Formats: sequence, structure tokens, C-alpha cells
Amino acid sequence: MSEPFREPEMWFHAPPRPTRIPLAPVKEAKPPINLTVDGQAVTVPDGATLLDACKAKGIDTPTVCFHPNFTPVNVCRSCVVELDGSRTLVPSCSRKAEAGMLVKTDSERVKTSRKMVLEFLASSVDLSTAPELQARCKEYGANPSRYGQPEPAHAAGERDSRCAGHHHIPTGEQAQRVAQPVKVDNTLYVRDYSKCVLCYKCVQACGDEAQNTFAIAVAGRGFDARISTENAVPLTDSACVYCGNCIGVCPTGALMFKSEHDMREAGTWDESQQKQTDTICGYCGVGCTLTLHVQEDKIVKVTSPADIDITHGNLCIKGRFGFEGINNR
Amino acid sequence: MDIKVNGPEPTAAEREAVDAVLGAPVSAWSGGKRDLGKEGRIALLGGNEARAQRHLLLPTLHGVQDRFGWLPPGALAYLSNRLTIPPAEVHGVATFYHLFTQEGGAPNHVHVCDDIACRHKGGLELLQQLNQQHSGSKTVEVHPSPCLGLCERAPAALVLRSGKVAQGCALGHATVGTVGNALQPDTFPDEGTDWLQSAVPQGGDPKANLALLARVGHCDPASLDDYRATGGYIALKRAIELGGEKTISEVTASGMVGRGGAAFPTGRKWDAVAKATDSTRYVVCNADESEPGTFKDRVVMEGDPFALVEGMTIAGVAVGAKKGFLYIRGEYPLAIRRMQGAIDSAHKANLLGERILGSENSFHIEIRRGAGAYICGEETALFNSIEGLRGEPRNKPPFPVQHGLFNKPTVINNVETLINIPLILREGGTTIGGLGTQGSKGRKLFCVSGHVARPGVYEYVFGISLRQLIEQAGGVPHGRPIQAVLLGGAAGAFVGPGQLDVPLTFEGTRAIGATLGSGVVMVFDDTVDLGDTLGRIAAFFRDESCGQCVPCRVGTTRQEELVQRLRHGKPLGTAADETALLDEIGQVMRDASICGLGHTASSALQSAIKLFGPGILSGKLAEKNHV
Ligand SMILES: Cc1cc2nc3c(=O)[nH]c(=O)nc-3n(C[C@H](O)[C@H](O)[C@H](O)COP(=O)(O)O)c2cc1C
Ligand code: SF4
Ligand code: SF4
Ligand code: SF4
Ligand code: FES
Ligand code: FES
Repeated sequence: MSEPFREPEMWFHAPPRPTRIPLAPVKEAKPPINLTVDGQAVTVPDGATLLDACKAKGIDTPTVCFHPNFTPVNVCRSCVVELDGSRTLVPSCSRKAEAGMLVKTDSERVKTSRKMVLEFLASSVDLSTAPELQARCKEYGANPSRYGQPEPAHAAGERDSRCAGHHHIPTGEQAQRVAQPVKVDNTLYVRDYSKCVLCYKCVQACGDEAQNTFAIAVAGRGFDARISTENAVPLTDSACVYCGNCIGVCPTGALMFKSEHDMREAGTWDESQQKQTDTICGYCGVGCTLTLHVQEDKIVKVTSPADIDITHGNLCIKGRFGFEGINNR
Repeated sequence: MDIKVNGPEPTAAEREAVDAVLGAPVSAWSGGKRDLGKEGRIALLGGNEARAQRHLLLPTLHGVQDRFGWLPPGALAYLSNRLTIPPAEVHGVATFYHLFTQEGGAPNHVHVCDDIACRHKGGLELLQQLNQQHSGSKTVEVHPSPCLGLCERAPAALVLRSGKVAQGCALGHATVGTVGNALQPDTFPDEGTDWLQSAVPQGGDPKANLALLARVGHCDPASLDDYRATGGYIALKRAIELGGEKTISEVTASGMVGRGGAAFPTGRKWDAVAKATDSTRYVVCNADESEPGTFKDRVVMEGDPFALVEGMTIAGVAVGAKKGFLYIRGEYPLAIRRMQGAIDSAHKANLLGERILGSENSFHIEIRRGAGAYICGEETALFNSIEGLRGEPRNKPPFPVQHGLFNKPTVINNVETLINIPLILREGGTTIGGLGTQGSKGRKLFCVSGHVARPGVYEYVFGISLRQLIEQAGGVPHGRPIQAVLLGGAAGAFVGPGQLDVPLTFEGTRAIGATLGSGVVMVFDDTVDLGDTLGRIAAFFRDESCGQCVPCRVGTTRQEELVQRLRHGKPLGTAADETALLDEIGQVMRDASICGLGHTASSALQSAIKLFGPGILSGKLAEKNHV
């Protein structure tokens, strides 16, 4: 626009606002924080976490429930580090760095806890589609087989109907698992809670961290805790709008495109044959970035980069699932 | 927030049950009738206001459970609309508590304690008989229950009757007969005070010099006059005269530390809240008492409810809080009735409410009822439970004194801590601080149960030894030898017959690797199969873990499997391999769990194995001693 905007004479003039809309107070930039990680001095900006401090020193830390775009729920405890003066280990993903902290990431205590957490996950959850977690298990020497043979899968719906406060006393000869049949209740995506590590990320994505639909929540208690719709109804009877944002954040493949699930079942899924192409979604004016995963000239799934400002990895049903039209061209 | 509720239409009764808690709906947006004239097109209750009602979720779920004996989907859908809470989250909260029944529950429920004190005293047999009697019943459902906090009168049962006026009563020395009676409408066999006298065996004995328990069983718990005639409310007056700062100094001078298990200095906690920049503050009393073997808080609330009201009010005055929440476990119907009675009487007498006793101070107390979850005794889980979220503990820091209930600075104290407060202000902080030992000041309540002649709550100035306490409780019946004593509850540790001279102080128990915890002293004679007890403790933690963090969710499960393997004599590898594995499981739970439940989940087990070796689990020892 070249001409400066001028108000036409005949327009209604609203009375002047009595007060200005208060602006957010300008935060005084606090000085950076100096701490020590594994004997090395680190400087991080105020508000940074211990995980940030580790990253700054190139220290690789396993994380399962952490997502850079979400408020940390710090439930998996795979990222724990030893903090001088703290009785217990602390989760690095959520613990804010403070001046003078002495942090250890490679002590026996840290290694044991991380190994045990990974072992607990691997012995109770199917990690077959979570290569990163498998690699971590190897790295920390987790040996999930030492809890006995895995128990057989539970019948469909059995885990969904468990009541808090009661359980069958196990014999201990088999290791209890969350194994159960995959839930296929719609044509867009499947939920295989045999693979769920209960990282809470899908609940966050569906809730106020991204989608604000609140179709799923954690239900039950203890080892019977699970992700569930209300009364465990099928997704089609829930509030789900099929944005697929939960799929985008699931670290284990428990939530999966039906297209991917079907191809894996048929044995045709082959990531080495896949190409990823970024494009802009054409459905509306927002212009979300789509990453099309293409195998043999067919779109097999759609994601969006988590570090792009427009989407933060989130899409709507059209961008996420509206690719059949292209496949059918 | 625009939520989508697909559930079935509520019936008239379901609507009524929800409206009975929430009042009639004011807006078509929350399930009321559409009245464009009144409401226009803007919700009368929208946005922030609707979200601010979230804390009403737990009371409303109780209302529905009380009315029907279970949670019908129509009622849940209606309450989702009324409170603007997504149905999936309502489901998530409802399935967190074991007193809520999900599908097609019966109108009446009997919860029979099969926990560590009751299972040796007929609890298991009672459970079996009641199961048989009501098998296939459409009106009565029988559930096994963790400790009901009635261990001094084992075996215990809790009867909950649904209906327009829901009624509950807890039964000590329960039998099929007394449970049958309690299932009749309008019977309250738990009323009265006779058995309170037996719950405090020292009561009425001038030599015992009781201060905390003096009134229990000897004053009418419904009478404010009785309370005042026995020294009540002198302390509140003094606190009001002293003002906040000096009141807190008195508490600090007394050396009082929390009696809920963590032993944190009470004065320091109060001081931090009093100095907080945020002027909206809360006082919360933690009366969720669910640690197996603990029943002192219940006895105090049933026998001397005004003392707790006074203690909470002083806390409110001291830290400048206007509102207090009293969170009582749902298994304590009588304590809830008596506390509500005391709060109402105090209100009428201007000892609560606006401008207390004509001063500038205002303080209100609201009771919140738990719904069956040990973890809600953890302070931050308790906040979440009040706020209408799942009772999952929060990561600390931040601590409650900074970000507590509704994210505001909060004092949270145990019942026993708070009833010490009037005493401190009456007798003076330094006087109380002069009692006891170097590291443990004042008086302590002990919950003595198991194989002793006179189980009950005992009060002593710190310093008594375990052996003396057991002697005071009449010793072990039939002169049988002590096999072990559980100190501090399921989260505590076992001590052996060789350690009976341990002084029951914080420092004394710590020195032998045990803990006072909540004051549990549970005695096991040589006929008890401790392996069975350990199995129950492992099952308890498996049931009560909130499930949020991996170390505890899976760790408590793996730990129970391990215990059962050893019990069945089928270890993976050798018994030594299994104890090494248990050590590792214990270590990750202690080191990496979020909260105290995980931190202590292996403590009792490991202490028993250390004392007796892994062979204790197979139960051979006790068989030999059985008569
Ligand atoms: C699993 C767990 C259960 C707890 N249960 C109780 C309880 O029932 N009552 C209680 O007063 N404190 C309980 N606590 C301790 C509280 O978290 C908290 O420390 C206490 O209420 C503080 O009050 P105090 O300072 O007066 O002891 C529990 C802690 C944990 C970890
Ligand atoms: S697809 Fe979207 S709306 Fe449906 S559960 Fe996942 S995040 Fe929620
Ligand atoms: S389904 Fe996936 S994202 Fe959701 S909790 Fe389980 S593992 Fe995490
Ligand atoms: S330690 Fe156990 S109870 Fe505590 S937060 Fe973790 S899972 Fe929940
Ligand atoms: S990544 Fe930190 S606790 Fe899960
Ligand atoms: S009431 Fe049964 S163990 Fe406490």
C-alpha cells in the first residue's frame, strides 16, 4: 500500500479508550548462569534447563517424554542427572539451571537409573517401531529379559476396564506387559497401545499445548494407567477431529498413520525407499509446511517440521490426511 | 473452551444428582434451559469463570457416586457440560480413585480391609464370607481394600450406601452380622464414643498426662462448650493477640516438625508462606491418612474435632490465609461428619468466618473428601486432587510454600501437626521445645496395632523406647515372642526383636536405618507369615502408584513379581540374584522417582530381607511356629 490509510469522514467514531491496553512488562534480561557439568564450566541463559546445559557441552542425554515445544511433564526419568546437594537424581529436562550447580551426568548412579528406566520400558512395552529407544537400551546395557518371559497379550479392552486399587496377584514367572490388540477404529490412524510408554505427549498435543480438542487423557492408575478416550469409546465416538498431531509427537509409533500400519502389516513399509519432500499445504491460506513421505510414488504419510514457526509440527485433518486425492490422481 | 460431549442424555435423576452439588445451571452453555431473553448470546458463565470451576469435579463425582453407587455415563456427560471439563478428562479423573465405580455398579458397596493388620485378624476370612454371601448380588458389591485406618479394631470394613442421602459407616471388629446391619438404611453403628475410649488406652489415666489425646473419648465431640471448658480456644485468642509474626516465633521455638512423615520444621514452613509476596494464600490440612497402620488422625478427628479446627484457624491467622481446605480420606465417614459439625459450630460462635472474635482476621474451612487413593496424601498430589485433576504428584521444586494449591503459597500440615499448635500457644513454644530429646521435641502420637494386648493411639513425650511402648500396650498376647515390628507403615521399615531398645525419636530410628514415619508401630508375633505381609505390601505399592513416572509405575510391578517368585519358590536364578535385582529396582525407585511413594516403595521389603534373608518370603519360618 502506498497511500497512507485515512479514515473516511462518515465512519462512526468510537469513544477513545479510557486506558491503554497494558503491555506485557518488559523483562529485565537476567545475567547468564554459570554452572558445572561433568567438571566442565558451562554458561547458559537464565531460564535454561540442565538439559540445555548438557546440550551446550555436547553431552548426549536420553529423553523419552521431553518435547521441545511442550511444557516438560518429566515423567519418564530417562534424562536424570546427579545434582550436588540433592538427595535424589533430578530430571534434567525440567530442572532449571541455577548458578553454581554441580551436575554429573556420567556417574554410576545416573547410569544405573537410566539403564533401569530403559529396561523397565523395554520389558513392558513393544519398542519394535522405536529405533531410537532400542539404541538407547543398547547404549546403557539394558537387559529386559531378566524379568522373565513376557506375558501373553491382554484381550481387547481388558486393560481399558481395569479398576484402580485392585489387581490380580501375579505369579511373577512372566513379566507383565501392556500388550494388547491394536485399536483400528477409523480409516485414518491406528492406536497400538502395546507400544505406549505413557510419555503424555499425545495428551499434551491434543490438549492445551497444541490442538485444544482434549479427546484423550490418561486414565487408570499405576501399571494400569493408559491413554483413553472417555469411557474408552472408539475415536469415532470421541471428540477427536483427526488432526493427527498426537501421531506427530508419539515417540514409539504407538500412534501411526493407517497407511503406514497397513504397509507394515503387509511387509511393504520400507523407509530406505522413501523420499521426504517439503511443500506448502494448498487447502487454506495459512500455508502450513508439509513433509510428504513418499514411497514408490505414493504419499505414505505426512508430517510437519516441529521447528517451523507456522506449524510447530501441527497440522489439521486436511493437511495431515488429505493426500488420498493426490495418490488417486 | 469449547468442548465436545457425546455422552448419552442424562436422566432426570442424573441431572438432579449433579445439580444437588452444583446448583441449577445458570446458562444454556452449561446444560441449562436456553433463555435468550435472560442470557442473550453471551454465556453467563464462560471462559475463565467456567474454567475456575474445575475444583468442583471431585465433589460432583462424589455426588453422583453417592446417589447411584456408580458413575452412569449420562451423569458424567452432564457434569462435563456443567463444569466445561472435557469428557476424556472426567474419565481420567474418575478412574484414578478406587471408591468410584465405573460400569453398572451396585448401589451398596462393602470395602473389606485385607491389609497387613487385618489379614492376621480375620480380615481375609471376612472378605471370603462376604464375597460368598453377596456373590451375584445386584445390590451389594464387595471389594478388598487397603488399610481402612481402623487397625486398632481389626478386622475392618467400610459400608457405603447410595441413595438420595448417601450414608457411610466404618466398622471395627467387623463381622458378617455387623456388616449386614450396617447395610440397612439409616443405621449408623459407628456413632457414639464408647469405642473411642478403647482407641486411646491411656485415656482417663491422670498419670499418663495426656495433652493431645486428653479429650478423646472423654469430651462430647459435638460440644463446643465442652471443648472450651477444657482449655479450647484460649490458644486462638492468644494467637490473635500476638499477631502472625509472634505466633510463628512460638511455633518455631517449640521445635515442632511435621508429623505427616517428612518431619519438616513447621515454623519454617509457615514463615515462608507468611513472607510470600502473593497475598492469596491457603492452609491445607492433610487428613488423607492412608499409610497402612496409621489411624491417629482419624481418632483425633472423631474424638476431638475442635482441636483441629482451632489449629487450622491459628495457622490461617499466622500466615494470613483466609481459606483453609481440610482434605479427609473418603474412607472416614464419621470423621467427615464430626469435622463438619465442629466447623459449623465454630462458625456460629464466630470462631470461624469473617472477623473472627471481632478481630481483623477472617478464615473459612471447607472439607474435601478423598475418593480412595493413598497417593493423594502426598502434598502436591493432594493439591491436584482438590483442583479437579488426577492425583499425580508434581515435580518439586517449586515447593508448596511458593506454588501450592491453585498455584498460591500454601501451608500444608498433617492433622497431628495442627493439633499441636493450640498446645504450643497455650503452654508456650519454649516450654514445649524443652520436652523430648535433642532432635525430637514435644509429644508424639503412636499408632500401635498388630499383636499387642491393647492396640490404640498412644501419646508420649519423645524419648520412649520401642520396648517400653510395646509393654505399655500390654505386650504380646499369650506371651508369644515378637518376630518383627513394622515402624512407619508400609513406607517404613521392619525392625527385629534385637532392636527393641531403639528410642522412638526421629534421630533414634534414623540411626538404625528405620523411620518414625507417621508413627506406626505394628507388632508381629512369631505365628505371622511375614512373607505374606511382604506380599501385601508389594501389592499395596503396585496398586497405589499413580503411574506417572516409569521407575515407580514399572518398578512397583516388577518388585511385586519378584516377591511372588520368591514366595512360590521359583526365583529367576538364585535367591541372591533376586535380592541383587531387588536392590537395583529399589535404587532406581529411590533415585529417579518423582515422589515419596516411589522413594520408599522398596524400603519395608528390603529391611525385612536384610533382617531375615530372602527365605523370609517363603513363609516356612512362621509355619513352624504355628500352634
Ligand atoms: C505417598 C505419600 C503419602 C503421604 N500421605 C500422607 C498422609 O496421609 N498424611 C499426611 O499428613 N502426610 C502424608 N504425606 C506427607 C505429605 O506429603 C506432607 O509431607 C505432609 O502433609 C506435610 O505435613 P507436615 O509437615 O505437617 O508433616 C505423604 C507423603 C507421601 C510421599
Ligand atoms: S488426532 Fe488430533 S484430535 Fe484426535 S486424538 Fe489426536 S491430537 Fe486429538
Ligand atoms: S501413545 Fe505415544 S505419545 Fe501417547 S503416551 Fe503413548 S507413547 Fe506417548
Ligand atoms: S513415584 Fe510413583 S506415585 Fe510418585 S509420581 Fe512417580 S509413579 Fe506417581
Ligand atoms: S525426558 Fe526428562 S523426564 Fe522424560
Ligand atoms: S484397617 Fe486393616 S490394616 Fe489398617
